[in-house]
Amino acid sequence: MIRTSRRTLLKAGAAFAGASTIGFPAIVYGQSDTIKIGHLTPLTGFLGALGAYAQLGIRMAEAEINAAGGVMGRKLAVTSEDSVNPATAATKAQRMLDQDGVAFLMGEINSASALTIMQVAERNKRLFLQIGARSDALRGKNCNRFTFHVDIPSTVMVNAVGKALVRENMMKDKKFYTLTADYIFGHDLARAAKSFFDANGGKLIGDELVATDVTDFSPYLLKVRQAKPDVVCSNLAGNQVTTLVKQYAEFGLPYPIVGFNLNTADAWAAGDGNLSGTWPTVWYHTSDLPASKTFVANFIRKNGKPPENHAWIEYVSLKIMAHAINETKSTDTENLIAYLEKEPEFDILKGRKGYFRYWDHQLMQEAYPFTVKSKGKARDQWDLLELGAAIPGPNESLESIELTKVQNPCAL
Amino acid sequence: MQFGFLLEQVVNGLVLGGYYLLIALGLSLIFSVGGIVNLAHGAFYALGAYASVEITKYLGFGPAVVLSPVAVALLGILFERFILRRFYNADPILSLLVTFGIAMVTEQAIRIVWGPSPLSASIPPAFRGSVFLGDFLFSRYRLVILLVVAAVLLAVWLLLHKTSFGRVVRAGIQRPDMVAALGIRLQPYMTAIVMLGVGMAALGGAFFAPITIVHPAMGAEIITVAFVVVVIGGLGSFWGVVIAALLVGVVRGVTIHFVPAAGEASIYILMFLVLLVRPRGLLGERIEKFE
Repeated sequence: MIRTSRRTLLKAGAAFAGASTIGFPAIVYGQSDTIKIGHLTPLTGFLGALGAYAQLGIRMAEAEINAAGGVMGRKLAVTSEDSVNPATAATKAQRMLDQDGVAFLMGEINSASALTIMQVAERNKRLFLQIGARSDALRGKNCNRFTFHVDIPSTVMVNAVGKALVRENMMKDKKFYTLTADYIFGHDLARAAKSFFDANGGKLIGDELVATDVTDFSPYLLKVRQAKPDVVCSNLAGNQVTTLVKQYAEFGLPYPIVGFNLNTADAWAAGDGNLSGTWPTVWYHTSDLPASKTFVANFIRKNGKPPENHAWIEYVSLKIMAHAINETKSTDTENLIAYLEKEPEFDILKGRKGYFRYWDHQLMQEAYPFTVKSKGKARDQWDLLELGAAIPGPNESLESIELTKVQNPCAL
Repeated sequence: MQFGFLLEQVVNGLVLGGYYLLIALGLSLIFSVGGIVNLAHGAFYALGAYASVEITKYLGFGPAVVLSPVAVALLGILFERFILRRFYNADPILSLLVTFGIAMVTEQAIRIVWGPSPLSASIPPAFRGSVFLGDFLFSRYRLVILLVVAAVLLAVWLLLHKTSFGRVVRAGIQRPDMVAALGIRLQPYMTAIVMLGVGMAALGGAFFAPITIVHPAMGAEIITVAFVVVVIGGLGSFWGVVIAALLVGVVRGVTIHFVPAAGEASIYILMFLVLLVRPRGLLGERIEKFE
């Protein structure tokens, strides 16, 4: 038997009571008149910088919606956490559904984590708005009816850059050497790239699988030089693109470099004079559409820096969900799925409105290829990129750049 | 032609190994002299990179790579005086825990001060481009790094083997009790060694900032490789760390040439094999209980 003095017991009891009051605010906020939403995004790891922007975007949307009176008269309460890795993402998603009482799940940028959260959503029969992960497989062979996808998939990014390359005569009969991130997203991108090359006369002469924690690309760059391609192509993600671009500029290889995936935060981190070539983006803050400019100005005022594409996409995603809840007058999963499948159009701060295609739950929207402004032309450290014309063109259907029913085996 | 390509990977691996050496040598010295497993070494590397990027904005690259290691070395004095000093005579696991804590706190502090987005840093224009030595392609900047590493290596070797300071340090590595019995206080030497060690890590960070991404978690990335190098080389051995660093760089480069997907795993497999055959590391001191 442990002999504790009465004094020790009293001190311990007071300390325990004191410590538990630190937890009180969380308990107090868990009131039933708010709509709780669970949000997961990578804040650590090679996608961490993007996750940070994603949080800023969704927080801004939450603040705006609540300031305007909330949804159905109730305030939104977004619980946002670091998804860390696929296993932790699934655990947190399950906990958010079970213990935190969230109405639905949103977020993610990492395709591998998005997949595990999708499985949690399907098992629990709850809605997951998958915002930033781009792997084709998520809306393809791994699709499920409880998940809707916002960001453009790998194939669209390949199409956006590929079409630009065809226009510039950099595709037919050219030898391509690719560096691919060794996880589901990279593999998907490589597969989409290969089909584009095959369909348009490009020749793939080599592909290197690069682990996602590689920080030194010199051995790979030596192999690239040894193969003597016409174009070097990046199928990497997150800050690996930045590192590759910087080291590519360091070695000064003479081949043009393009990539099928880039986020604007990664482009900014590359620094002036390092980035070159043609890349895809889903949105950029220099877009001169009035609605987009208003969003950008508000974001800069709130956060002191311009929004990255993940901030934009999380912002419009929460707005979409708020609109959906208002229209269906409920947060019930089946009602929301049925509403979204009817393909209502949403303002996504672009030239054309977006809608979720009913048979694969993918948001149909425009994408843009961009090139890099020559050194010295940038007005500030964020003005490095020259946005190209939106694809598809104004007279083409939004679905013309997306996966066709033949390419996409999804059956909901 | 295959052999030429392979040779190019070997040479590039040596260059990279030279870079790992800078970080690993400081780590090895701190352990050899003080018995401290310094898991915070990567944090100083990160601080060196961040300091260098900040100073470059105002004074340019040259002053930045000189001033940032100096600044971090001064920080190292505080680190040694107020934290490490308590753990010299304690269980090594305690030094592991406290330095791990410091590493995490530093990473989050960097995230709070500079934000989670990577900083952009570029190679100064004078060092851009590649040079060809025969048919071998080298990045000019990496050759500069190699020269700096060679100079630092020479300076450290001279310090350890040709000065009285070095003589005391080497005696302290082998027989600290005897040194104390001879009436020499090892404390100031330890402070100097910590300064030197973290200064070298910061120098590595400052030089690598333009060619890698400068983000809060960069310290965690480098510490693993540094430890692998120190373990392979063996503790208490100057040349062991040098050979191990070059070996790790070369093995990684050659593996990527043949089996790219195994590139990152190769250095751990190397460590596993070395420890299996020779637990003390290549040139380390004999560890009684394992041999």
